[in-house]
Amino acid sequence: MKNGLGVPQNIVLFGGTSDIGCEIVRQMIQPGVANIVLVSRDIDSAETRWNTLLGDESQVNVHHVRFDGADAGSMVDVVKAIVDEVGDIDVVVVAHALLGSHSDFLKDPVAAASVTTVNFGATMVLLLALGERMKQQGYGRICLLSSVAGMRVRWSNAVYGSTKAGIDGFALALDGELRRHGASLLVVRPGFVTTKMTVGMKKAPLATTPEAVASATVKALGGNGTVLWTPSAFRFIFGVFRLLPESLWRRLPLG
Amino acid sequence: MSRERLSGWGRTAWTSSDVVEVRDASDVKRAIGLEHRRGAIARGLGRAYGAAAQNAGGTVLACADDGRVNDVHLDAVSGLLTAPAGLSLDALLRYSVPRGWFIPVTPGTRFVTLGGAVASDVHGKNHHVDGSFGQHVESMKVILSSGEEITLSPNDNPTWFWSTIGGMGLTGVVSEVTVRMLRVASSQVKVETRRLSNLDEVIASMSDDSDDEFRYSVAWVDMLASGRSLGRGVLTRGNHATASDVDGSEPCRYDPKIRLAAPPWVPNGLLNKFTVRAFNEAWYRKAPADAHVGLESIPAFFHPLDGVRKWNALYGSNGFIQYQFIVPLERVDVLRTVIGKFSDAGVASFLAVLKRMGKSNAALMSFPTEGWTLTLDLAAGSSRLPGLLERIDELVLDAGGRHYLAKDAHVSAMAVERAYPRLAEWKSIRNEMDPRRLWTSDLARRLKLVEETS
Repeated sequence: MKNGLGVPQNIVLFGGTSDIGCEIVRQMIQPGVANIVLVSRDIDSAETRWNTLLGDESQVNVHHVRFDGADAGSMVDVVKAIVDEVGDIDVVVVAHALLGSHSDFLKDPVAAASVTTVNFGATMVLLLALGERMKQQGYGRICLLSSVAGMRVRWSNAVYGSTKAGIDGFALALDGELRRHGASLLVVRPGFVTTKMTVGMKKAPLATTPEAVASATVKALGGNGTVLWTPSAFRFIFGVFRLLPESLWRRLPLG
Repeated sequence: MSRERLSGWGRTAWTSSDVVEVRDASDVKRAIGLEHRRGAIARGLGRAYGAAAQNAGGTVLACADDGRVNDVHLDAVSGLLTAPAGLSLDALLRYSVPRGWFIPVTPGTRFVTLGGAVASDVHGKNHHVDGSFGQHVESMKVILSSGEEITLSPNDNPTWFWSTIGGMGLTGVVSEVTVRMLRVASSQVKVETRRLSNLDEVIASMSDDSDDEFRYSVAWVDMLASGRSLGRGVLTRGNHATASDVDGSEPCRYDPKIRLAAPPWVPNGLLNKFTVRAFNEAWYRKAPADAHVGLESIPAFFHPLDGVRKWNALYGSNGFIQYQFIVPLERVDVLRTVIGKFSDAGVASFLAVLKRMGKSNAALMSFPTEGWTLTLDLAAGSSRLPGLLERIDELVLDAGGRHYLAKDAHVSAMAVERAYPRLAEWKSIRNEMDPRRLWTSDLARRLKLVEETS
């Protein structure tokens, strides 16, 4: 149960090794936080990473749960396992995703299917399960890491971008339903973030860092909004981009 | 039944519950019989500051009802008053004061129900003389989760009685209360007001024998004053005025009015350290330097903030918390440290009230013990607050102090376990009274007062 200062007692992170996800949860830790649940495919790296992040002084109970982001069928059970472990979920950050390489998808189109499953299909199942739990609780906040890449899809990043477009759309609709039951959802749309996911890629304009995305996200989670663009200028930039005719959009030198 | 977003008076930690209106015992019994996936809790007028009377995803029984004032029975000889628990102290006082009877204990607002007063074991400015509300309860009826309505009194099942007093509604729904009223000759209070220039003076004035000559005693403290003025304040003490003190033919005339209303929208941060500092300075200067005695009405003396409708909205959408703790009498040093920490941090408290409390009662989870209690209103938006309050919690707990559950919105389960020595005993009595584990609230979940049901 969150307290009167807005501090959540129980925080859950899907993607316990995600750079942005870890940074969001790290920045949320303050007096009053009792449990963090880290849901990861690779528990060992999550443990190593979080031991370093928290240090020895930490008062927070850390729980690790293993999951496979591609296994849609397991999502309901994963949510149940978390609730059995810590009780009500005050805030859950859904940060796991696959990026993939566009040239690889062209050589092996089937590889695109696993990106679709992780980023869209299985995440949708997860959001449905989390949403039902939060409706039952009568409160709670879901944070979904989306991307500006989904706001207008470019060919050079079309697989990732279209999965984000899909899950972003689903999440917005889910937020409306959650709010009728006391819960809510925040869709975070970062631009290019320098993380291990984007290592080796050419930096896009307005590139940002996990720290900056996290700090904006933590602030927005404390508020009541549904959408966060970070950096905030993207809200206006994509407001324009989304209006451009397809012929012009394709010719923009955006990489 | 309707799904509603609820919060306490502090307007923080909103959650949704299924709200069921209940007017009488048969309504409560019917509501208990419904399916409850996440338990149920009774709610009165929602004046507990935190999450004591809401139940995220579960059921809330809305009990406040001033419509049953005709069911009040007052014995004009013994002063025993029996009333439905959903009745507010406001309605009760309108009934009893003109008849020459006052409620034995009133908190700072009259907009609480009798049931809420029992569940929180509320205290008032007379705690050093009269103790808290529970001591004045002759008997009460409680509806258990089995649907059975039982009568509890200090003689008849004292264990269950003293577990329900201060039990935060987690033992059952209080349906009727019989309370011993206080005979008064007028509706006025003879009040002595004194300005005191630092904490030492405030403590000294409230500690000497003169304090016991006043039934009511409380000090307002300027939390932003520092240096030699640290803890300066205004001490007000009073007794019910006699008929001869009061002019006119109707000494018990009682007509409380709500004069102002908070505007419908207020920006966050309106009450900040600059505005509060200006208010504090004016408030301190307004009090006479030498002791001054005058007559005040019951609403003006006991319930000044009730004169402003929805004053809790002045904190904006972020809401506020009321932080109230108590430390033993000899730990004035902790008070000084705490006031110093707030003053240094520049964290503004619009209201800061200091009171010397008398002996504790037999209620297992009652807040008051002999000591000093300090009450602060703090805007909830500040990101520094969780850290600051955690350090202060630590000081309070190390000194053998505790926090008031009816106000609490932030302490940890561990803090309650450390501070309330009879918690484990109370939990097992509670489980005996509620074997199906029906009663729960957001407060109970956060502080692990009951076992999780789902």
